Amino acid sequence: MSDQKYPKPLPTPSPETQRFWDGTKKHELWIPYCRSCQKSYWYPRDFCPHCGSRDVEWRRSGGKGRVYTFAIQYRAFHPGWTSEVPYVTALIDLDDGVRIFSNLVEVEADPKALRCEMPVEVVFEDVTEEITLAKFRPVSE
Amino acid sequence: MTTDKEKAGWLKRIAIVGADESDEIGMVPHKGVLQQHSEAALNALDDAGLSLADVDGLFTAGASTLQVAEYLGIQPTYTDGTSVGGSSFVIHVEHAAAAIAAGLIDVALITHGETGYSNRFRKVSRAPMDPWFPAAQFEMPYHIGGPPSTYALACMRHMHQYGTTHEQLAEIAVATRKWAMLNPKALMRDPLTIDDVLSSRWITYPFHLLDCCLVTDAGGAIVLTSAERAKDCKKQPVWVLGSGEAQTHWTLANMPDLTTTPAAISGPRAFEMAGVRHDEIDVVEVYDSFTYTALVTLEALGFCKPGEGGPFVSGQRTAPGGDFPLNTNGGGLSYTHPGMYGMFLLIEATRQLRGECGERQVADAKLACVNGTGGALSSTGTLILGAD
Ligand SMILES: [Zn+2]
Repeated sequence: MSDQKYPKPLPTPSPETQRFWDGTKKHELWIPYCRSCQKSYWYPRDFCPHCGSRDVEWRRSGGKGRVYTFAIQYRAFHPGWTSEVPYVTALIDLDDGVRIFSNLVEVEADPKALRCEMPVEVVFEDVTEEITLAKFRPVSE
Repeated sequence: MTTDKEKAGWLKRIAIVGADESDEIGMVPHKGVLQQHSEAALNALDDAGLSLADVDGLFTAGASTLQVAEYLGIQPTYTDGTSVGGSSFVIHVEHAAAAIAAGLIDVALITHGETGYSNRFRKVSRAPMDPWFPAAQFEMPYHIGGPPSTYALACMRHMHQYGTTHEQLAEIAVATRKWAMLNPKALMRDPLTIDDVLSSRWITYPFHLLDCCLVTDAGGAIVLTSAERAKDCKKQPVWVLGSGEAQTHWTLANMPDLTTTPAAISGPRAFEMAGVRHDEIDVVEVYDSFTYTALVTLEALGFCKPGEGGPFVSGQRTAPGGDFPLNTNGGGLSYTHPGMYGMFLLIEATRQLRGECGERQVADAKLACVNGTGGALSSTGTLILGAD
């Protein structure tokens, strides 16, 4: 896939988030963690937003979690999505203790097929040569 | 530390003395943003019996105070461009009241103007976001777009957690339309039924089209001054009795609890400051960007318990003739909604407390509660306003 062919908004990794995007490229999910208060946090930054400590590190996530909530987007808010609506956006509560925004894939964009608290796992979508997005698909309980 | 009640001492000496919309609202493609600001400013000052020469404090959001002041031909000595979405103008009231109470200014002008409907014809686009910003990296790639795409996620969690239904949400759209039918300035004045709402197309599940606010062109302005100066104004003062401001997040993943709003913080502050109880409030004006926004705001403000908003609004309780008059101008859902609607909550509350609302007037309205919401349920301003 080339950048020209991917029509949707792409993330631009910044120095403080590069580690996350390096991880997804290898199909690994890495989450920032605070060694002072021993909690994960989201999104990546060089200090902990829970306690202000700069004693932070990256930890690899198991990639499993639950759907906190979802919505089915029937309108394309960017022309790149026009051919793909309806599409499912969701907030995922990872077992690692953080909530992240993503898409639900490999599931029908139908209210009957979706529910809050359904278990999910990460899947990786290589959208360009540089960028891989972490998305989620339902798994059985 | 001073308590909210002690702070109320200074607030109670500040009044809203002028309030009005621009000359034309709704679909106004022949007028620009600054025209909307200026028409509303001149109308509100006229309503107060004041002029541009009296204004020394200017407050606005969206446009810069530099742009608005120059266009109006004024050189204010105190400005505040707090811009936290649709709640901004409600929050400006607290900031303006503080500046007047501190003696920094005498007359505060808060202006709004947006051409949300007509922007498309003039190809007005939003400034692109810095690509390193968290939302650009961790929301945009997953199809987050306008407000429907974020508020819908909050509504879905509320439905899951509390059993809130599409029908209960539709009750708000229908009741609000009934108020709009009594307001000559409202854009949407045809009768609406619950079935109409439920059979309208999906925008973002769980929102039907008719769960969503309008996108219009409009301007609005209000004028505040001290009790002393208010004596010389044209109309009876509307007192700022209590106020609260709060914000909890920007990106949705960092919203502490998707089933409430920051009004759970700003609301109690405003009520405590004013020293009034919920059952003493005569009329309530809250931001209804979506039916859900109004529902969850009533819970967050404490008019009912968390999760009880659905039953609370059922049976057309918030409609004309119901026992809980809500969004009496027809709201963002049916009257007007140019983008950041908070200004219009203030205009309607002021008119209700002055008894100027004609067919839609709430009898003997003496106390109003106003709550603006901005961002992705990110920020709120709450006011308790009162008439003598
Ligand atoms: Zn920490």
